[in-house]
Amino acid sequence: MSGLAAFAEALLADDAPCPPGLVTWNGSAPDKRFAVYRNNVIVGLVDALADSFPVTRALVGEEFFHAMAREFLRRSPPRSPVLALYGEGFAEFIAGFPPAAALPYLADMARLELRRVQAWHAADADAITPADIAAVLADAENLPAARFTLHPALFLLVSAHAVVSLWAAHQAESVAAALAAVNPAQAETALLCRRDLEVEIYRIEAGTTAFIGRLQQGQAFGMAVEQALQADDDFDPAAALALLLRAGAITHITIPRRSDP
Amino acid sequence: MILGSTPNRRAAAARPRSLPARAGIGLKPEHFRDILDTAPDLGFFEIHAENYMVDGGAFHHYLTRIRERYALSIHGVGLSIGGEGPLDEAHLDRLATLLGRYQPESFSEHLAWSSHGGAFLNDLLPAPYDAATLARVCEHIDRVQERLGRRMLLENPATYVEFAASTMAEAEFITQVVRRSGCGLLLDVNNVHVSCTNHGRDARDYIDALPLYAVGQVHLAGFAEDTDAAGAPLLIDSHGAPVAEAVWALYCDALDRVGPMPTLIERDNDIPALPVLLAEARHADRILERLLPIARGAAA
Repeated sequence: MSGLAAFAEALLADDAPCPPGLVTWNGSAPDKRFAVYRNNVIVGLVDALADSFPVTRALVGEEFFHAMAREFLRRSPPRSPVLALYGEGFAEFIAGFPPAAALPYLADMARLELRRVQAWHAADADAITPADIAAVLADAENLPAARFTLHPALFLLVSAHAVVSLWAAHQAESVAAALAAVNPAQAETALLCRRDLEVEIYRIEAGTTAFIGRLQQGQAFGMAVEQALQADDDFDPAAALALLLRAGAITHITIPRRSDP
Repeated sequence: MILGSTPNRRAAAARPRSLPARAGIGLKPEHFRDILDTAPDLGFFEIHAENYMVDGGAFHHYLTRIRERYALSIHGVGLSIGGEGPLDEAHLDRLATLLGRYQPESFSEHLAWSSHGGAFLNDLLPAPYDAATLARVCEHIDRVQERLGRRMLLENPATYVEFAASTMAEAEFITQVVRRSGCGLLLDVNNVHVSCTNHGRDARDYIDALPLYAVGQVHLAGFAEDTDAAGAPLLIDSHGAPVAEAVWALYCDALDRVGPMPTLIERDNDIPALPVLLAEARHADRILERLLPIARGAAA
């Protein structure tokens, strides 16, 4: 093993001894000095996760979160120096982390927070205006064939737990009171999108989820509405479009014109 | 004489120029709005390259606006120039894109490694100063300068251990790197103080042994204090405190040798309100101004 390989391995291993080949000017044991590097690495990466997953952290408390994050980063150190996006795989790790089993919604909260970070840093794009969409809606004949381009910062997250309500409760002034009103076992779907640099998180119903999901996949408006109605009889396309507009989520609409006979 | 906007002048203006010999501070998201609202008088801002390697959003929004008003230094913390493996070309591509977008007056990186076996370890780690490391570091800097199409500055490290395998002193190693690769030197005075304390060296002798002719920028920061296993002082390069008196004194001495230099006040932890950092920058500016009587007279 090369010198740096042993150094790197000892940084991440829990109780590994100091790597060989280190010297000090005063003959002091190098362990305590090496520990500065280990501490920098571990604390730096735990802090990166703590910054990206604040509600996950709040749900379990600082001590638990730090222990869980350390375990994760030892198994899955970042593969890229772009730490802003570190945390891919954290939710899956949490789902299989036995000490977190008592909080079945914790993994989905981590999924939501990772999406939130991704939405925060996603590419910029200008949203269309209500006037733009009015013109599209007025063209009833061609509307079903219209294809929507959605914002790069738009994400959907379907959860068997009340992730949106739990997340929102942690933004409230009195978190405890807000949390008391949440039933964590309630299934919810989150719509995330960025408007004026801020990421907004909306709770959406099954029909809207199907509708936006199909639009995001590039399906035509008519097809997306059909799928949404299959998911939910009460689906209201106008309300769903209004939500997308409010979220700044539509960046372009293409209407294929029928060629004249 | 009227300075016309001829095509030649425009071309010259588009080229990255150098940072002014004034104080600058690290750009922190906490200060984005304050900076735009108050437009503080500063020599430049510095960013860590990796923080801006994202597609869009608030970071680019604010950096774009701040860049329009200030000189910019881009400081990489993730290239792993001292690493054993080849440079991460994907990362180098991201760096080239970022530099292309913001056209900084300066680009710098560290004499350190931070990645190994594909894992990014998020710290500036030390390597032995021997022929093998020297060849590797020079090869990596050659590649960086070739890919980015510009000269880079290499920062002297803060270290806590030394290697039995080292065959040369750090200053000699840096001298060789600068001579062979043609890169410049980013003289981090806090790192000098930290490393020399940690390894029982004289900081002024160390600075004298560096290739001072190649210095293009100076860094100042605060450290934390600990002790090693024998009870000797062990300073930690924390970037979490004001610049210490000993470092200001060393800075004055260093400027006497290298002349006025763009000087960064670094603060990455326990980040205070903007005016606190501006006060430290003004302190550095006053020291720089003492070296610039002619320029000051001309401006008056």
